[in-house]
Amino acid sequence: MKQRNIFSATLLFVASIASFSQLLISPALAATIEEKTPEEVKGFDIAARSDRSDRGFGDSEAEMTMVLRNAAGQEASRTMRFTTLEIPDESVGDKSLVLFSTPRDIEGTALLSHAKMLDPDDQWLYLPALKRVKRISSRNKSGPFVGSEFAFEDFTASELNKFTYKYLREEACGELQCDVVERFPRYENSGYTKQISWVDTTDYQIRKIAFYDRRDSLLKELKFEDYRQYADTYWRSHRLVMKNMQTNKSTDLVYGEYKFGVGLTDSDFVKGRLSRLR
Amino acid sequence: MKDTFRQFLLGLVMLSVGCGVAVASDSEWDLSGNTALQLRGFSQNALWPEQNSSDAEVSLSGEWEVRWRSEEGDQRASFIPFARWDENDDERTHMDLREGYWAYEGTAYEGSAYDGVDFEFLVGVNKVFWGVTESVHLVDIINQTDLVEDIDQEDKLGQPMVNLALQQDWGLLNIYLLPYFRERTFPGQDGRFRAPLPVDWDDAEYESGAEEKHMDLALRYSHYFGDVDVGVYYFRGTNREPRLEVSSNGQRLTPFYDQIDQLGVDVQYTKDAWLWKLETIVRDGYDESFMAAVGGFEYTFYQVYESNADIGFLMEYQYDDRSSKEPITIADNDLFVGGRWSLNDTQDTALLAGVVVDDETSETFFNIEAERRFGDSVVVELRVRAITNAEPDEPLYSFSQDDYIQLQISRFF
Repeated sequence: MKQRNIFSATLLFVASIASFSQLLISPALAATIEEKTPEEVKGFDIAARSDRSDRGFGDSEAEMTMVLRNAAGQEASRTMRFTTLEIPDESVGDKSLVLFSTPRDIEGTALLSHAKMLDPDDQWLYLPALKRVKRISSRNKSGPFVGSEFAFEDFTASELNKFTYKYLREEACGELQCDVVERFPRYENSGYTKQISWVDTTDYQIRKIAFYDRRDSLLKELKFEDYRQYADTYWRSHRLVMKNMQTNKSTDLVYGEYKFGVGLTDSDFVKGRLSRLR
Repeated sequence: MKDTFRQFLLGLVMLSVGCGVAVASDSEWDLSGNTALQLRGFSQNALWPEQNSSDAEVSLSGEWEVRWRSEEGDQRASFIPFARWDENDDERTHMDLREGYWAYEGTAYEGSAYDGVDFEFLVGVNKVFWGVTESVHLVDIINQTDLVEDIDQEDKLGQPMVNLALQQDWGLLNIYLLPYFRERTFPGQDGRFRAPLPVDWDDAEYESGAEEKHMDLALRYSHYFGDVDVGVYYFRGTNREPRLEVSSNGQRLTPFYDQIDQLGVDVQYTKDAWLWKLETIVRDGYDESFMAAVGGFEYTFYQVYESNADIGFLMEYQYDDRSSKEPITIADNDLFVGGRWSLNDTQDTALLAGVVVDDETSETFFNIEAERRFGDSVVVELRVRAITNAEPDEPLYSFSQDDYIQLQISRFF
C-alpha cells in the first residue's frame, strides 16, 4: 500500500509539472490553435501531406539545364548539378549544393546552402578563378538566381514550415483534380505577399504556383511538368516553367534523371569541400 | 624558365598517375579553358628612360584546364598550364603551371584513432586562397604573386605542395608541406609598373642556405560558428614578399627572401545585408616583429529601385606597422572606399569601383573594373587604374605615370 502511495505521489508530481508547463506555454499555444480557421487547418494539412509524400528520400543528385528566355524569345542557357541532403528534423531545412558547368566562364562556381526555417539560411559561394570561398548574405531572398526568373527563395523555400496556409477550393487541373491553397511566407524579406498553389488530390504533388508581388498583383506563374516517380515513392517534376507575367520573360528548368541514395553525408555539404568539387 | 620547366614536369607526372588509373576505368574527363586578347593604353609616357616608349600594349594569353575524376569519385587530378605573350615586356611573356596535382579522398579506417574523419591527400602544384577582405589580401600566403600579370596581386603562381585536409565536425584542418619556393615575377626593363631599376628576379638571394628548396610549412584551421566564419593559421618558411636591394653593379634590384614565422586570423560576421570583415597577421621576419590588419564592411542594397540590380558599399581600413627595413607595402595606413554594382542579368554584368587613399601622404589609387558576358562564351572586361598625389619619395611614385585603361576580350571553351 505504501509503495502504491509513493507511486501515485510521483504520478501526481509528474502530472503537476506537466500541467504547470502547459500553463506556461498555453497562451501561445492557444493563440495559434484558436486563430486557425478550418480553412487554415485544411490548407496546412494539404501542404503537409504533399511535403510528407517526399519524406525519407535521403539524398539526391540531378543535372539541370536552365533556359532563360527574354520577351523577344532570345534564349540563353546554363547547366548545373544539384545535390540535396535531406535533414529528417522538420524544424531544420535541407542542405543543398549547386555546381555550375556552363556558361564556361563560371564553370566550377558553386553555391552551398544550409536552409533554416525562419532564420536566414547559411550560404557560401565558391569563386573558382580566385579559388575563394565567400560567405554571402542570404537576405537577398527575392533577388534573381543567376539572372533567371527564379528568385533565391523559389529554390530554398519549399520547406513546409516556411509558410502559413489557407485552403481556397478544389478544381480541375488538367486531367487531375487539385486542391487550391494559398500560402503566406513566414520568413523575412520575401518578395511575395502570397502564393497560390495547386496540389493534385491523387499523388499530392504541386502542379502550379502563382506568385503575387509586394503590391499583391500577379508576378509569376510556375508550372511543374513531366512528373516521374522514383522507387515507387518519390515524385520529381523534370520540367519547371516559370513565366513572369509582368515582363513576359521566362525560365525553364529541365532536369535529367535523378539519382537517389548517392551516399552523401553532412561532410559533403561543408564549405571546406567547395574547392574540391572538380 | 628552368623553374617553369620543372613545374610542368611535376604536373605531367601527377597527371600521368591519374591517367594511368583512368585508362581502363569509366572515369570523367573535363577539358576547358580560355584564350584572351588584352589591350592596354597608357595615358602618359613611361617615367623611366629604359621603359618602352609606346603608350599601347598588346598581349595574348591562354589557360587550358584538364580535369579528371575516377569512376568511384575518390581520386581527381588537374592540369592547368598558363601562358602569356606580351609585345613590350619580355618578362611578362611567360609560362606557368597554375595547377598540376593528383588527390585522393576517403574516410579514416573504422576503429582507428581518426575513425569517421574525412580526409583528402593532395600532391602536386595547386593554388590556395585564404581571406575575406577585398582591398588587400593580407592573410593569403601559400602562393607567390604573379606580379607581371596584374599589379592587384590577385594572380598567383602554382605552388608545389603536399596537402592533407582533415574534415571533422569541429572544423577543417589543413596541413601543407611546401618543398619548393616560387620567386615573385617582376616586370622587365621595358615594362611598366616598375621601380627606377628593374628587378633581376632570376638572381634572387635567400636567408636560408637551402634557398628555394627550403621546406616551408603551414597549418590552418577554418570553420564557422553561426554567423561567424573563422580561419586561423601558422606559417613558417620563406617570405613571399622580397626585400629589394640594389645589386653590386648598381644597375638592378636583387630580391632577398627572408625566413619568417607568421600567425594569421581572418574573421567574417555575416548578418542581414552586412558583411563585417577582419584579417590580421603577426610576422617575425627580417627586422622586429610587426602586426598588420585590414578590416571593414560590405553592405548591399538588393533590388534597388525595384530593378534586379544590387548595389554594395565597401569600406576597409588597412593598417601595417612594419619597419622600413621590411619589404615595402603600400597598404599601411590607407582607407579603401568602393562600390559594387551587379545587374543580375543574363550576361552577369557587373561594375566595381574603388579608391584607396593613404591617410598620411594622401597618395590615391583609383580602380574601376567592369565586365559583361556576350553570348555564351565571350567575356569583355574593362579596367581603369590611376594614381594621383604620389610624391617622389613615396612607393607609388614609380607607377605614377602608368595610369591605364585595359580592355580584355576572353573566349571560354
